[in-house]
Amino acid sequence: MPALSVAGLSVMLGGREVLRDVSFSLEPGAFCGLIGANGSGKTTLLRTILGFAAPRAGRVELAGPAGYVPQKLQLDPDMPVRARDFIELGLNGHRFGFPFPSRARRALVAEMLAAVDAETFADQRIGELSGGQQQRALIAHALIRQPKLLLLDEPLANLDLRAGAEIIALLKSVAARGVTVLISAHDMNPLLSAMDRIVYLANGRAASGPTAEVVRTEVLSALYGYHIDVIRVHERILVVAGERGAHGAEHVAAIP
Amino acid sequence: MTLLQAGFFSSVPVQNALLIGAGAALLSGAAGVFTVLRGQSFAGHALADISSAGGAMAYLLGISPLLGFFSLSVLGALALEAIGTRRAAARDLAAGIVLGAGLGVTALLLYLDVTVKGTAGAAVAVMFGSLFAAPPGLGIAVALGALAGLAGLGVIYRPLLLASLDVELARANGVNTRLLGGAYLLLLALAVTLSAMAVGAILSTALLIGPAAAALRLARNPVAAMALSALLGLLCAWGGVWLAYQSYGWTPGHVWPVSFFITALVLVVYAAASLARRR
Repeated sequence: MPALSVAGLSVMLGGREVLRDVSFSLEPGAFCGLIGANGSGKTTLLRTILGFAAPRAGRVELAGPAGYVPQKLQLDPDMPVRARDFIELGLNGHRFGFPFPSRARRALVAEMLAAVDAETFADQRIGELSGGQQQRALIAHALIRQPKLLLLDEPLANLDLRAGAEIIALLKSVAARGVTVLISAHDMNPLLSAMDRIVYLANGRAASGPTAEVVRTEVLSALYGYHIDVIRVHERILVVAGERGAHGAEHVAAIP
Repeated sequence: MTLLQAGFFSSVPVQNALLIGAGAALLSGAAGVFTVLRGQSFAGHALADISSAGGAMAYLLGISPLLGFFSLSVLGALALEAIGTRRAAARDLAAGIVLGAGLGVTALLLYLDVTVKGTAGAAVAVMFGSLFAAPPGLGIAVALGALAGLAGLGVIYRPLLLASLDVELARANGVNTRLLGGAYLLLLALAVTLSAMAVGAILSTALLIGPAAAALRLARNPVAAMALSALLGLLCAWGGVWLAYQSYGWTPGHVWPVSFFITALVLVVYAAASLARRR
């Protein structure tokens, strides 16, 4: 059974059809990039999967609970919430009742801190953390209830190259443990080495498939409506916007 | 001039004032932490202002001021929720509308208090408080109200903290944020009511915001912030009552307003916390 199944999904926002007949499914443990330009409907799709937005047509089916990582928390540095408090809220933040301390809960938080390599800043205020550290805390917050599906909204948007690469490596290890990862990004390059599937959004429509099938000059150029070069550098693939024939070739196969 | 007056603890009005001050400070201190975290200081002030209409109504009808303040601040909370409280801009808009309407009604009721009932001191008592003139027995009612409010705050603490950090994250975790926001506004209405009992409607924001803002600068986690805020509020309230009592000896025959001392101490506490944080 797929971890996530989206069928014939159409969503209206402010009188505009943001998503039109979007269908795709993800198997358990898939690492999938949700790619598209700004305003293409990536966040709307994630919000609809989470149940925040009601679709006009179609359906979303989840195999189990979903964890969610928003793009960035807008926090005042004065907010006295440590990273470990924030991660614990992922476990019991939905529960009413007096917050009595629990040894088992503390142990689970410690385990999660170790899993995302956040032990060194566990006692720092979350509003004072760097972008990469905050993303680790957010991922731990989302994972502590052991979801089957992890949805991330532009988690790399505010990170430098190194922090971005570290977050991708962390998410890859999460997917390897059987959690399906759906990660939205407007720049697909940082994700290309990690993702095994792509859902691409353009003009309200979606194309999806294995990375190798979608990341091709002719497919991406058709989706973007603009010429796109897919080039290989040191065994890695890069996607760049370019003019047709600007460098004498649509595909540059191996730049030494 | 006598600097220190005797008989502080044996005075019945003082005992009543200490109890009212304690109830108001403890609940406002704890709830105020979330008011600051959620950026709802203006909403808190609006509720205080509309509660003044209830205070004025209580004088006119001859009912308990606690009931008058609370009924109107609950009405204000419901109005805020109905107008829209999700986006910051909508919250400020709703708060501004509620505040204006509340003060307008207060003006009418205070006018009627003076012209119909002949209670000339109502305006000062409602807007700026008169702790030493509070009815006997009000202290117990305020203390019980504070205990109920603190218990309610404990019950919604975790979802409220999560929603205060990020509303969408709370919703993704299964929290009904609309219901939670409404419940919190009711608690805020109660806190504002109790503070209005202590320092008057206009100044109640000081007890709600000042100790909380100071505690948030110093505490390491939210529970510690709530505890510290409640403690700082208590010190300000009791310190204010003590100073006002002593002021009888500074200007013989006159007691300075308790509200002045409480709000002055709140300012001192906040300034000291800001300096301590910088170091």
